[in-house]
Amino acid sequence: MKPVMKTIAVAALCLPLSALAHKQWLAPSKTVLNVDQWVTFDAGVATDPFVLDNNAMRVDNLSITAPDGTAVAPENPATGKLRATFDLQLKQAGTYKIAVINNSIAASWDDNGQTKRWPARGATFTAEGFAKEVPADAKDLKVTQSVGRIETFVTAGKPNTTALAPTGKGLELVPVTGFNDLYVGEAATFQLLLDGKPAADVEVEAIANGTRYRNAIGEIEVKTDKNGRFTFNWKQPGLYYLSASVTDDKAEKPATSRRSSYAASFEVLSP
Amino acid sequence: MRHRIPFALCASLLPGAVFAANLNVSVELPRIDVAEYHRPYVAMWLEREDKSVAANLAVWYQIKKAAAAMPGAAPAPNPQGGAKWLPDLRQWWRRSGRELQMPVDGISGATRAPGEHVLNFDASKGPLANLPAGQYKLVVETAREDGGRELVDIPFQWPAKQAQQIKAKGATELGAIVVDVQP
Repeated sequence: MKPVMKTIAVAALCLPLSALAHKQWLAPSKTVLNVDQWVTFDAGVATDPFVLDNNAMRVDNLSITAPDGTAVAPENPATGKLRATFDLQLKQAGTYKIAVINNSIAASWDDNGQTKRWPARGATFTAEGFAKEVPADAKDLKVTQSVGRIETFVTAGKPNTTALAPTGKGLELVPVTGFNDLYVGEAATFQLLLDGKPAADVEVEAIANGTRYRNAIGEIEVKTDKNGRFTFNWKQPGLYYLSASVTDDKAEKPATSRRSSYAASFEVLSP
Repeated sequence: MRHRIPFALCASLLPGAVFAANLNVSVELPRIDVAEYHRPYVAMWLEREDKSVAANLAVWYQIKKAAAAMPGAAPAPNPQGGAKWLPDLRQWWRRSGRELQMPVDGISGATRAPGEHVLNFDASKGPLANLPAGQYKLVVETAREDGGRELVDIPFQWPAKQAQQIKAKGATELGAIVVDVQP
């Protein structure tokens, strides 16, 4: 029992702090709208998706792409204790991508039996700081890059895919079924990409909103096929939180391992 | 059989009859006894077997912008009229509404009061002109502010070989719906 516990403890320590069971999400007020309508978004971090009981999400790296591919700024941004929020007016017809993109490097090592970390929580990685603060001969040194995207999508009028073009960095999702064309009783297929290429054999999880009002999380788990594709059959309408992550060694120096994560919120309607 | 032969003869003697084909739709909006009643948004269209839209027949919604509630009060925050609520007609919005520039001539109309509403469509003009022969569904979808949503569909063959009347009934937001297909 003991060695097992130790392994788990060590494994947990190796994970970046954001990975400790907390989910981050962008929750749109609606996803299928008409041109000129307003949408508001909540951005939170908690154990269960869409349950505002822990922290506001940091939205410093928020990027909103309009249907014509241009960047647009959010309006009325505000950060509270339990959520950050911002508004968006859909002035163009088509599909908007709302994304919070994070990219960070963190080091941890064993300093005489104590786990040291750098940079401190909330601080930013710099190459100079790394050279200064992390001993080159540190024992059990682990330097991990975390690349993450938290997204959601809203459409005014007819959907389009200009804003959905992948960037080729980290995990990304592209539609096979339209992101704002999701209905109970209709299978929805998406494609997961890692660095722009199909991400095969990756576990993808979906959780329906409302975990607070049921006993089981009720997650749906599927695996991507060799083309990175996977299919969900939605059982009920509402918001869904979809997430996946991949760990590999394609990290930027000085990191030696990379954790790519992807999370997105989708609205499923009843037909 | 005995009746059909003279009928066929009659039809062949009257070449004009071929062009008399038409579709009559009667939709009942039930009187709903609630404190705050708003007339429903209604969309009617013809659906192909693959669920794509063959023709839009009618969309009733609040076209004009709402007037200020009181003189001097701020105008209602909907300069587009009620177009912002059109996506509440979920199926219609998905199948065609989101691709249209509303209002559309001959299709858009103001919301209507409870009661029976009859629409006549002629095969030679309007939405039914050039409608290929085939199996269709008349779909009626309604959404009401502070109320419910309902969708009823009625399958029919176009053009009809003989006069046909098909009836359906909504459960909550729609009353009797009658499709009359004339050959």
